[in-house]
Amino acid sequence: MQLSVNGQSRDLELDNRTTLLDALREHLGLIGSKKGCDHGQCGACTVLLDGRRTNACLVLAVTCAGREVATIEGLAGPDGLHPVQQAFVEHDGFQCGYCTPGQIMSAVGMLEEFERGWPSAVTGEVQPAGLTAPEIRERMSGNLCRCGAYVGILAALTDVASRS
Amino acid sequence: MTTPTQATTPAAARTRTPIGAPGRLENDAKGGVGTSPQRPDGALKVTGEFAYSSDLWMDNMLWGVTLRSPHPFARIRAVDIAAALATPGVVAVLTAADVPGRNVFGLELSDQPVLADDVVRYQGEAVALVAADHPEIARQAAKKIRVDYQVWEPITDARAALGHPTWNRLHDHPAEDVELSRSAAAIHPKGNLVRHLKIRKGDPDEAADVVVRGEYSVGMQDQAFLGPESGLAVPDGEGGVDLYVATQWLHVDQRQICTALGLTPDQVRLTLAGVGGAFGGREDLSMHVHGCMLALHTGKPVKMVYNREESFFGHVHRHPAEMRYEHGATRDGTLVFVNCDIYFDGGAYASSTPAVVGNGGTMGIGPYVVPNVRIDAYGVYTNNPPCGAMRGFGSVQTAFAYEAQMDLLAAELGMDPIDLRVRNAMAEGSVTPHGQTIDSPAPVAELLQRLREMPLPAEPDGADIDLRSLPGGVANSTHGEGVKRGVGYAVTYKNVAFSEGFDDYSTARVQIEAHQGNPLVVVHTAAAEVGQGLVTIEQQICRTELGVENVIVHPKNTDVGSGGSTSASRQTYMTGGAVKLACEAVRDRILTLARDRTDAPLDDAALVDGNIVTPSGAVLMSIADAIGEAVIEETREHHHRPTEEIDPETGQGFAHVQYSFSAHRAVVDVDTELGLLKVVELACVQDVGKALNADAVVGQIQGGSAQGMGLAIMEEIVVKDGKIRNPSFTDYLIPTILDTPPMPIQVLEYADPHAPYGLRGVGEAPTISSGPAVAAAIRQATGLPLTRVPIRPEHITGT
Ligand code: FES
Ligand code: FES
Repeated sequence: MQLSVNGQSRDLELDNRTTLLDALREHLGLIGSKKGCDHGQCGACTVLLDGRRTNACLVLAVTCAGREVATIEGLAGPDGLHPVQQAFVEHDGFQCGYCTPGQIMSAVGMLEEFERGWPSAVTGEVQPAGLTAPEIRERMSGNLCRCGAYVGILAALTDVASRS
Repeated sequence: MTTPTQATTPAAARTRTPIGAPGRLENDAKGGVGTSPQRPDGALKVTGEFAYSSDLWMDNMLWGVTLRSPHPFARIRAVDIAAALATPGVVAVLTAADVPGRNVFGLELSDQPVLADDVVRYQGEAVALVAADHPEIARQAAKKIRVDYQVWEPITDARAALGHPTWNRLHDHPAEDVELSRSAAAIHPKGNLVRHLKIRKGDPDEAADVVVRGEYSVGMQDQAFLGPESGLAVPDGEGGVDLYVATQWLHVDQRQICTALGLTPDQVRLTLAGVGGAFGGREDLSMHVHGCMLALHTGKPVKMVYNREESFFGHVHRHPAEMRYEHGATRDGTLVFVNCDIYFDGGAYASSTPAVVGNGGTMGIGPYVVPNVRIDAYGVYTNNPPCGAMRGFGSVQTAFAYEAQMDLLAAELGMDPIDLRVRNAMAEGSVTPHGQTIDSPAPVAELLQRLREMPLPAEPDGADIDLRSLPGGVANSTHGEGVKRGVGYAVTYKNVAFSEGFDDYSTARVQIEAHQGNPLVVVHTAAAEVGQGLVTIEQQICRTELGVENVIVHPKNTDVGSGGSTSASRQTYMTGGAVKLACEAVRDRILTLARDRTDAPLDDAALVDGNIVTPSGAVLMSIADAIGEAVIEETREHHHRPTEEIDPETGQGFAHVQYSFSAHRAVVDVDTELGLLKVVELACVQDVGKALNADAVVGQIQGGSAQGMGLAIMEEIVVKDGKIRNPSFTDYLIPTILDTPPMPIQVLEYADPHAPYGLRGVGEAPTISSGPAVAAAIRQATGLPLTRVPIRPEHITGT
């Protein structure tokens, strides 16, 4: 099959039971997306599938043909780190870093969702005034961080949101 | 920045390096001790380039899996591997008979088989190994191994395992005899007692005006590091092996692996792969010996990665504890005596149970001055999952009990709980229950007073309540009705580094050379970076001590001497101290070389900003000029001042090298009708002696606080009849960003004169005081005794 990852089309031969996460990590050597649980519980594997946040461990790779997959490896541009990456570095948004690729991809997707006016599960029809701390917490609650770097993550995302 | 060739030659010829093996960490950050420069692994971690142990790869590698016992206690009658071995794609199936050396390992006591031989003592104990060319084939083949078990009744109560009467919570007399005693039902040949620590100080029968009693229990907590156990073992073709693994102490792993494989240390070389969190759970071996056995047997690299469910069985947990306390005080609130019994359920193997008992016992009444103390702390073998190190080991459990007792006593006396604590607070010069005089600042009272002075968060505004700020959140379970707010305080202290006479040390090698006209330093230790930021600290110390900006962190491996364990809050103190010593030796040699080039007196010269300068700041020459073509390298060990074993009968002795002090205030909203909670704020004040890196210190406090809070309100491995009922992140809950409140933090710096830079270990204390503060806040909100953590909704609603 063909898989489009970070704007590049890749040819793959896969068992049809292979998850998108295993296809990325074990077949394409893209180890940035992490496996914390393989059951959709931790968010370490978060990628963007056609721009939407997705747990790559819960998706079969064969269902991704013809769709665009964005992973952490594709985020930094030629000019350096993506603003979310930069903010994570500046605000100590991690310690061990294992959750970080998932947190960052989730955050990038989240900011985009907010930009487009998507309500969070919480806010329903009502578009909140801005990305306040409670709103960021709600929208980022699917990504576990056992090192407890949440305060730094929140500071990083508040910073990015205030700049955009 | 380009890097020069490395002068250090490895101890032995290396095998081919796997993809994902760690590289040298270098960055353009600047900043020495007392600043917060960016981490050298930071950019790698945010771009996904940083490789963890589960990311290691070699093209011809095999995948190893472990077959584990489904029973907590059983005899193995026979193991039939024929069907598994015949599976296409399977290369090896190994059992206890294949362990090349001694089939035993263990951190403090060698009591655990590498692969179960005769008896399995806990659910999840490793029985057999499979290597195949695909992980799924290996897993399917493992299922075909037929193990014939004779299943026994497991022993699952720590007191029963010792033949002690179990407590009856309703009446203060012994409950029914369960007919188990050490001799009748020994899990190990020498019986079920791992350690009994006794402290006898003063007269425990001293009369007191007011006495409060309580029984407390703490559930089993999991480290739940996000990166599962994993590693890659690469055979060298000459009988030796290279192991790349995520761990906390390379050299203690190496020692145990050598014993099990029957090899020498030069044949077993370890490199620290990327570590996805540890928190104590990687102090014991996991896949280490298994991977090496498969690699040596097959002659191929073997990768093993546990999945999340296996991870719950693949490492030790925090000891559950049952505790009974009795506090006596005068009417004015001065403590007269404390008596307590503490039972730590160590599970099937000892791991670090002796140290847990040591901490739990010696610091078991908290940072208070008490003239009369009786403590009996027990560590016990049962058929529950093995328990060992977890952040704050031994002290986390007892803090829940002694701080609840202090609140109980305050209520009984009609005193403010902070006033009661301050009245009895330890200070410099106080004597601990184990007879040690505290010989550095102990600002217990100040921590509490500062907390009290910190502004409280605003009360919810009745008119315009945001669902997100309420217990239950957007589940919309309340709009504020039935919600009560509680405020709770707790203070603690915890020993730093290894105690009770252990010769604890770390090693550092520091090298300097001139590269393109600039001095360049490489720092090499075996001390594990697990996320806490030790690599940044190593760079900062080198920058400060040598006046050099460019510092490269060498990969951590066993080519250099032991760095000791990344545990007990010890690495900045111990390995940081070793780096400082090595830098001082390097500095001496730089000055020796400089003397060849100048007649100026250099005795008081310092190294600053790449130059050798006089005390008045005049530049004598550049460091690069002094070094010339030389490559200077020095290796030093840093041993902390000696401690003593404590007396087996009285528990008295200079047991601990240093203490770390922290206090928390928790504000919690409780929906008293549904038992749901919202931690509104978790404030902390901690004394760190000297913050070498203030951002990293704050990060440690935040992370530790969150883990302590987790144990108070949500985290528990539920074990029933010796079996884990919730080995997944669906059923074992850890705090999310939603559960984690704002954390105002004050960091105090009262230097410890015995420590490098005056610093104190940071990582554990906040894990200890946060949970008891949260529990206290919930008690205050509900008026319930709540003597067990984690506190569950049904404990609050009584349903
Ligand atoms: S690995 Fe996909 S959610 Fe945990
Ligand atoms: S940084 Fe370690 S899990 Fe988030």
